[in-house]
Amino acid sequence: MTDLAHIRNFAIIAHIDHGKSTLADRLIERCGGLEAREMRAQVLDSMDIERERGITIKAQTVRLNYTAKNGEAYELNLMDTPGHVDFAYEVSRSLAACEGSLLVVDASQGVEAQTLANVYQAIDAGHEIVPVLNKIDLPAAEPQRVREQIEEVIGLDASGAVEISAKTGLNIDGVLEALVARLPPPQGDEAAPLKALLVDSWYDSYLGVVILVRVKDGTLKPGLKVRFMATGAAHAVERVGVFTPKAVQIPALGPGDIGFITAGIKTVADCKIGDTITEDRRPAAQPLPGFKPLQPVVFCGLFPADAADYDHLRDSLAKLRLNDASFEYEPETSAALGFGFRCGFLGLLHLEIIQERLAREFNLDLIPTAPSVVYHAHLTDGSMVTLHNPVDMPDPVKLDHMEEPWIKATILVPDEYLGSVLKLCEERRGVQKDLTYAGRRAMVVYRLPLNEVVFDFYDRLKSVSRGYASFDYQMDGYEPGDLVQMNILVNGDPVDALATIVHRSQAERRGRAMCERLKELIPRQLFLIAIQAAIGSRVIARETVKALRKDVLAKCYGGDVTRKRKLLEKQKEGRKRMRQFGKVEIPQSAFIAALKMGDE
Amino acid sequence: MSPLAVYVHWPFCKSKCPYCDFNSHVRERIDEARWRRALLAELAWWAEQTEGATVTSVFFGGGTPSLMAPETVAAILESVGRHWRHASDCEVTLEANPTSVEAARFAALRQAGVGRVSLGVQALDDAALKFLGRGHSAAEARTALDLARATFPRFSFDLIYARPGQTVASWERELAAALALAGDHLSLYQLTIEPGTAFAMSFARGDFALPDGDAAGALYEATQAVLESVGLPAYEISNHARPGQECRHNLAYWRGQDYLGVGPGAHGRLTSGPARFATRQRKAPETWLASVESVGHGTEDMVRLAPEERRSELAMMGLRLAEGVPRDRFFAATGLGFEDAFGARLAPLLEGGFLELDERALRATPAGRQCLNAVLGRLLA
Repeated sequence: MTDLAHIRNFAIIAHIDHGKSTLADRLIERCGGLEAREMRAQVLDSMDIERERGITIKAQTVRLNYTAKNGEAYELNLMDTPGHVDFAYEVSRSLAACEGSLLVVDASQGVEAQTLANVYQAIDAGHEIVPVLNKIDLPAAEPQRVREQIEEVIGLDASGAVEISAKTGLNIDGVLEALVARLPPPQGDEAAPLKALLVDSWYDSYLGVVILVRVKDGTLKPGLKVRFMATGAAHAVERVGVFTPKAVQIPALGPGDIGFITAGIKTVADCKIGDTITEDRRPAAQPLPGFKPLQPVVFCGLFPADAADYDHLRDSLAKLRLNDASFEYEPETSAALGFGFRCGFLGLLHLEIIQERLAREFNLDLIPTAPSVVYHAHLTDGSMVTLHNPVDMPDPVKLDHMEEPWIKATILVPDEYLGSVLKLCEERRGVQKDLTYAGRRAMVVYRLPLNEVVFDFYDRLKSVSRGYASFDYQMDGYEPGDLVQMNILVNGDPVDALATIVHRSQAERRGRAMCERLKELIPRQLFLIAIQAAIGSRVIARETVKALRKDVLAKCYGGDVTRKRKLLEKQKEGRKRMRQFGKVEIPQSAFIAALKMGDE
Repeated sequence: MSPLAVYVHWPFCKSKCPYCDFNSHVRERIDEARWRRALLAELAWWAEQTEGATVTSVFFGGGTPSLMAPETVAAILESVGRHWRHASDCEVTLEANPTSVEAARFAALRQAGVGRVSLGVQALDDAALKFLGRGHSAAEARTALDLARATFPRFSFDLIYARPGQTVASWERELAAALALAGDHLSLYQLTIEPGTAFAMSFARGDFALPDGDAAGALYEATQAVLESVGLPAYEISNHARPGQECRHNLAYWRGQDYLGVGPGAHGRLTSGPARFATRQRKAPETWLASVESVGHGTEDMVRLAPEERRSELAMMGLRLAEGVPRDRFFAATGLGFEDAFGARLAPLLEGGFLELDERALRATPAGRQCLNAVLGRLLA
């Protein structure tokens, strides 16, 4: 075990593409963690999706051994944290495991909204923050301007910012020296009862569940019987080790150390992020602060496009949950889409990631329904039910009022798109809280109902700002709202998969858009098709698909019989994917397209 | 007696029309004596398989069977007469192009035993004929029609409508001109773009546009009104006749009766005891010819139809006819009543006015026939 004075624990905060992973790679390389032949770009992001999207989903750590200019050997623990608001709680626990952060800013781009939210979290966690200006070698780099921006927007002293190029390896030692010199060493008491923070966990097919920990007090050793304070479960520690980034077993983890343990645990659902691990025989009096059970905030239905894939979907969800206890699912049945699951996610990105992993790793063709937030329905009898599926909307007679979640959104946008962004926020019932300028860019803070954001806010924001706006949000409580259930009816029958909960002021616009869209998507049939959007019994929008006027083969003689019969038989396959609404048949593909399209 | 319709396919044309997806081929030279021998050989082979049947019609289709030497036609008809008994009113139809060359053979064809010709007039407008890639002019067609009327006891001709730019008014004018030339039978087909044709390519390129569903519907409806008013109602989707003058050979297809296919790519349906077989001859002319010359026939396969396939074919073909599918015929072929065969699928189609069902038959209404693809989809798929 290293003495506390020679340990530095740090996280890296950066916007996507600002060079976090490249810097991590350079630090690992410099400290000899991997041979050159073992290096591949972005060592830490091990999932394909992580590598492709440049985001980190699971926290990871690397122990770096660095001999500083003062001649002393240091243990530097790099904590790679998830970088997205959906994982804000995980981020907060990762940050709680460190004493400082590197704030990496692209010197040619400047500060982005995502950076802001994370840097404020780091400040809240009491971190010492070392600004690092990356990509200093680019012709477009403006270190002085970005330095000023960091000071203006974040309020951090950026005079000592380290200028580097992670790509070329320029001044990597400057970063390492700053870590040693400027970050405080951890504190802790080796003799006190064990207190270790459960930072994250994942399932490894060889080792079982691997738990990432930060020891605060006491010592973790193989054979020690530990207790998880939030869940109450007790386990005997099997292995103790660190990542270099290769997993290396070591005899013990002491105060200030970051590393991993295994303890014969079968599923990550038993390892709650933020839990405190203590010694069973000599437990700590108090757990570490900040533990919260995770709550999904966005829900959607996931249905297999081919009903035969239902079992496969169920098994795949179970497998994914082995490694990601933060999403939930329960069976759901839809008249329009058949059997599927209602799934809860930490946010929109999380939802997208799970969907993408199901498609990619499990080869599933899925139909997701429109995302819904979690509403609070207050009933006239004084009780409250949480609601994450629009079809569960209580009878209006029994409903006293509805509450919906709000967020605080931070948007950074170049001047020329500010008008469009403000208009978008206003359309989405936003309330402006702040508007400041940093150079040519504006920082806008809005309170927005999450319901308006999950719809298609992010896509619209990108489109109105030509991709220049950056966006981040935090949950910001519940507030009453005039929310109604909007149904889509086909010849009078409601289509459950298309039901949504919307604010009354948005209902007509969304209803009209959905009816128009369906009109385009539903082919003409023998019968006229009325498509309506309705709140209760009140129709707010209507479109009609005219009946077919003519659809018949001109010629059909003896030679055509087999061919035409086979065509009809082929149609049978197609009709399996049709859903019956009274006399009307709607191709499943129309639902899929309707659910996919945003609010244009 | 078990009735049998005989179809003979002549697979050659002078040139390939851009809309045509039939089994037709252009060859520089054709050894007609060799082809005649092969057709006769296959006919003899089929006669062994269908002993005891009575031939009710013979139909020469193609290709362009009017390019056959009248002697070939005569030899085939003579052979049919030798192999089978034939009905006293046996109908013998030959498809012909209304060119002057082919019209010159009418007398000889009549002599050979052809009693009915079906002329591929297609349009009465030279620009339209050019677009359709036809080798004749409107004037030539009129002359050929006059000659056909004078030569054969019965004749019919085809027109293709719903052509690019055609309006209801211009089509009605063309129909009026056609009716002045017509006998007791007319086939009026809407132009459709079939995959693999020259039109499929040029249509995809955007060289021309066709009337959309609504416009095509209006043209179809105008056609029905005009033809009914002159006593030539549609007995089938695209075929009009004075009552009693329907093409008996084609009725055999639509009524689900037995028919024999002779020649390249010809299809047949043959009943044997409780089983019904779908037969198919080799499609490529030279392959078929080689097969006949080596084994005596060009049959590629003969497949027993499953009960639901028979049911589908009866409904698919029979509902094209105004008379519909008679209950007794459906029961004889499937052992089922319509209610048992189609169950709950019938109700919405009956209620919607697309089908009608009474003690005698299941019929598509005019509205149902006009959207028969969709009706069949709901009924069978």
